[in-house]
Amino acid sequence: MGRRHGPYRITRGRMSLLSALISPEPPGSRPMTATATTRGSGTDVRLTGISKTYGAFTAVHPLDLSVPAGSFFALLGASGCGKTTTLRMIAGLEDPTTGTVELAGKNVTALPPYKRPVNTVFQSYALFPHLDIYENVAFGLRRRGVKSVKKQVEEMLELVQLGDLARRRPQQLSGGQQQRVAVARALINHPDVLLLDEPLGALDLKLRRQMQLELKRIQTEVGITFIHVTHDQEEAMTMADTVAVMNAGRVEQLGAPADLYETPRTTFVANFLGTSNLITADVLGTAGDDILLRAGDTKLTLPATRSTAPARTGEKLLVGIRPEKITLTHADDAGTIADGRNRVTGRIAQSSFTGVSTQYLVDSSVATGLSVYAQNVERDGRLVPGAEVVLHWNPGHSFGLDAAQNVEAGTDVEAEGAG
Amino acid sequence: MSTVTTPVSTPHDEPARRTRRVPYWLLLPGILWLLVFFVAPLVYQASTSVQTGSLEDGFRVTWHFATYWDALSEYYPQFLRSVAYGATATALCLLLGYPLAYLIAFRAGRWRNLLMVLVIAPFFTSFLIRTLAWKTILSDGGPVVSALGSLHVLGLTDALGVTEGHRVLATPLAVVCGLTYNFLPFMILPLYTSLERIDGRLHEAAGDLYARPLTVFRKVTFPLSMPGVVAGTLLTFIPATGDYINAELLGSTDQKMIGNVIQSQFLRVLDYPTAAALSFILMAAILTMVTVYIRKSGTEDVV
Repeated sequence: MGRRHGPYRITRGRMSLLSALISPEPPGSRPMTATATTRGSGTDVRLTGISKTYGAFTAVHPLDLSVPAGSFFALLGASGCGKTTTLRMIAGLEDPTTGTVELAGKNVTALPPYKRPVNTVFQSYALFPHLDIYENVAFGLRRRGVKSVKKQVEEMLELVQLGDLARRRPQQLSGGQQQRVAVARALINHPDVLLLDEPLGALDLKLRRQMQLELKRIQTEVGITFIHVTHDQEEAMTMADTVAVMNAGRVEQLGAPADLYETPRTTFVANFLGTSNLITADVLGTAGDDILLRAGDTKLTLPATRSTAPARTGEKLLVGIRPEKITLTHADDAGTIADGRNRVTGRIAQSSFTGVSTQYLVDSSVATGLSVYAQNVERDGRLVPGAEVVLHWNPGHSFGLDAAQNVEAGTDVEAEGAG
Repeated sequence: MSTVTTPVSTPHDEPARRTRRVPYWLLLPGILWLLVFFVAPLVYQASTSVQTGSLEDGFRVTWHFATYWDALSEYYPQFLRSVAYGATATALCLLLGYPLAYLIAFRAGRWRNLLMVLVIAPFFTSFLIRTLAWKTILSDGGPVVSALGSLHVLGLTDALGVTEGHRVLATPLAVVCGLTYNFLPFMILPLYTSLERIDGRLHEAAGDLYARPLTVFRKVTFPLSMPGVVAGTLLTFIPATGDYINAELLGSTDQKMIGNVIQSQFLRVLDYPTAAALSFILMAAILTMVTVYIRKSGTEDVV
């Protein structure tokens, strides 16, 4: 399992505080070469046909998932989508109904949690209330029979800046401090895989941002495989290399955050990850590499490569476009719009100023309530509710989806709580 | 114990002052109750314990503290026996009650409420009736004696001195069993309450941190249930030590506990000073033991 018990060199300043403690380099040993890559190369996690049913309810449909060693992997989804259940099956806290869990090619499906080289940062931390911070952090080491935990624990506590609070009880700490204890308690064991179950859910926005960056930096520097469960799409996109979007016990789409955002393959992903305008259009035919469509009385084009659904003449297709990719021009200036862009005329129904941008809702003949985000660079004073406008965008920025899906999927999912 | 801060008020904030006084008014009925039914009898007993005289001549306060010494030197075997029986019954209650409370709290699922009702069910019948029923159950020709006899257990218990002459009734075993039976719910209820409050995720976290199931119990479950253990042992030990019904009904003169002595001093011998002195000694002994116990178990904040 490749555990490392050695003490850690504290290289504060150069590295982040939290991550320095995972550096397995013992003091005085020969300097390691190619530190970032050889240091903790992590372990790959492979789920094969894994599923979980509770009576008649299927929490997770059989799914295959491969998490490459050393990656920061996020399971993203609304509450009840099966993401936490999947995580718990990796930890061994839940027995899969079918399928297998492999860590570094070794089948661990039958192993109880205490025999798996993984550690979990639990939602709301699950710190032991009867033990002080020191003993909470030392718990894993003591269970594995490590004799002298003092040095490791003290270094760990100092590094998470909780050295002064070692003898406090968890309930005497703030949420952010408890979160750091939870991370320290898991990381001190040098797990092959670190599982994080909504670890930042209880923190306020500012602290959450700070911890997101901190966790991301630790992961990048030590290369332990992180599997992070979250309902916060922004958090998943900020931190993860790969995001698996889950919905109703299935993985809807898996990929790099930018790919998921730019080219969603389902309406759920399009709506859950950010906001999408989805326009139902009739396929008129194709011209070269473009699909020609009509929505209402408006003609649209879409590059065929941007559509995940086949375009058959006479059938319908959903054209998706992100609000920030639409430009809003007052109808009087319609002549200034460049050729080759999709244009939709409409009337501003609502506008709200959010500082960085202004968000408009535009009613048009193709759809009501189209969202448009405009950067507040040079604000056009005429763009007020009631104004006649032209929405236009580069066809290459839109995407095509199968029209057989529910257009509303993923729009108003309850995003709080456990998944 | 929380400290009560005296409200500071000026004549100007009359409504605020009235609001602050509300807690004291709410305390009043309880305080009156305690004054009439606890403090007054206590003072009366205290004065009785230092009186001398007889029923015919009347008793007079003579500050005769020697009664305490005389009572203790005469009845110390019953004191020691009471503590031994009470402690044994408490230990048995803990051994029997803990697994049951654990089962109800963590494993019972939908049977949980039914099991809790079953634990409380004996309270629907009088303490006295239930103990009398045990007299029948443990009687010489009864099912327990014949079962234990055929299994040759009675020979062993005879050798250990907890039974005598191949009978169970009128032996220490009968009294301790009666005490255990009667006070078991007082052990189970606080244990269950504190076990049930333990967050299941702590067990998972311990397992995740390489603790085997037994270690999870030793390092997480049991320490977290300590408030229940302390409350349960106190609720069992205190009344069991002072109990006289079980020794009266299930024991013989050789199993008399201090409760029986006090009862007979009051009601049969009519030696009120001795009875009062014995009561005070018992109270002091239990208070001392309980204080030491709470200090040792480190749960002062809990009780």
